[in-house]
Amino acid sequence: MTSELRHSILENSLKLAAFAVVAALILGTVYSVSEDRITAQRLNAERLVLNAVLPPSRHDNDLINDTFMLDLQSSEFMRPDLLGLRENSLAYIARQNDRLTALILPLVARNAYNGDITLWLAVNADGSVAGVRVISHRETPGLGDKIDLRLSDWILAFNDRTLNNPQIGGWTVVKNGGVFDQFTGATITPRAVTVAIARGLEFFQLNKTQLLRL
Amino acid sequence: MNTDLTQLSKQGLWHNNPALVQLLGLCPLLAVSSSVVTALGLGLLTILVMVCSNLVVSLIRHQITDAIRLPVFVLIIAGFVTCTELLIQAFAYSLYLSIGIFIPLIVTNCAILGRAVSFAAKNPPLVSAFDGFVMGLGFALVLVTLGSVREVVANGTLFANMDLLFPFAQNWQLDVLPAYPGFLLAALPPGAFLFMGLLLALKNWIDQTSARRSLLVFHDRSSSESLRNLW
Repeated sequence: MTSELRHSILENSLKLAAFAVVAALILGTVYSVSEDRITAQRLNAERLVLNAVLPPSRHDNDLINDTFMLDLQSSEFMRPDLLGLRENSLAYIARQNDRLTALILPLVARNAYNGDITLWLAVNADGSVAGVRVISHRETPGLGDKIDLRLSDWILAFNDRTLNNPQIGGWTVVKNGGVFDQFTGATITPRAVTVAIARGLEFFQLNKTQLLRL
Repeated sequence: MNTDLTQLSKQGLWHNNPALVQLLGLCPLLAVSSSVVTALGLGLLTILVMVCSNLVVSLIRHQITDAIRLPVFVLIIAGFVTCTELLIQAFAYSLYLSIGIFIPLIVTNCAILGRAVSFAAKNPPLVSAFDGFVMGLGFALVLVTLGSVREVVANGTLFANMDLLFPFAQNWQLDVLPAYPGFLLAALPPGAFLFMGLLLALKNWIDQTSARRSLLVFHDRSSSESLRNLW
């Protein structure tokens, strides 16, 4: 190797390394400056969605700080698979005057049209639905995305429903003999959401005594 | 080298428009042009990143050898995009929720790298920053045009959800076509390609007609298109 070549390789590597170090330092600084604000913003946004699932009038505690872990591996709860979760997730406890009034359970509908739909289901202590919201989905815009409250009030049809209202066969879309509407051109998405909610209620029913002691 | 600012603006906005002529940055262009709000949001961020990256690339242009040019430029662009993403998350969280997943796409916009290599690496800082601005603006204008057309055709609305971008813009939504049943294709990726094609056709048609009208041919150094179309 000629000394010229060696020199140019050395020079270029050092320069590249120097640029990488400077870039890393700048990114690190920006990250550490914005980190706290980002966490605060994220919690705020989460609080807004939680309050949409369960209105603030229904609880007087801060839901973000009153949680329990749904551990899929442990045998703490019966049939945690009913929730469809892919990883251990947090559930939220709503209390009024220190008495549990409702739970907010995370659900995942796995058999949707395109990927997973994640939901939050608020269940009253008596096992009825207090509210449901879609947290994230990748359903077809214009067809399946009517599960989102911003686009349609379809999701409100689940309010006050229980496992006995409708009877178990009714927990699907009209097309399959159920009581919940499908969308024009989209049956799979609303059916997946409906079934996920029914399974969430079933989980609550199975573990009711334990959950209400939280 | 032509560094006249008017010329630079004409190049960026029309004759050498990154989206319509260079056909660069199609990936983010097609992904976020389904509504005005996402198009405008990403367009503004692209302008910001392009000005910053052009400025920095120009400032360090004498320290960079050919061998490390590309990795360093990509590092600079990716660094700016990451900073932008973090800052938007910290200070405009609602905007982040609506266009957040598209922000990393700015890195894949080769118009930014293209301008860094072909312009900023050879020109002084202020001119380079200006070039970044007009090129970014040219890109953003195409993005917003495409976003408007697709939003009207797909949903019959304009400026829906603009409050995600500006908190004071809650009542900006225009129902251009009332009781419109919606045209799904326009909102889906194939619609993006279709309308982009129509936009390209329109641009070329305007260029051809204006070239035919004037006998004096404006000969654009960077694209001989107008001349070729004339003969």
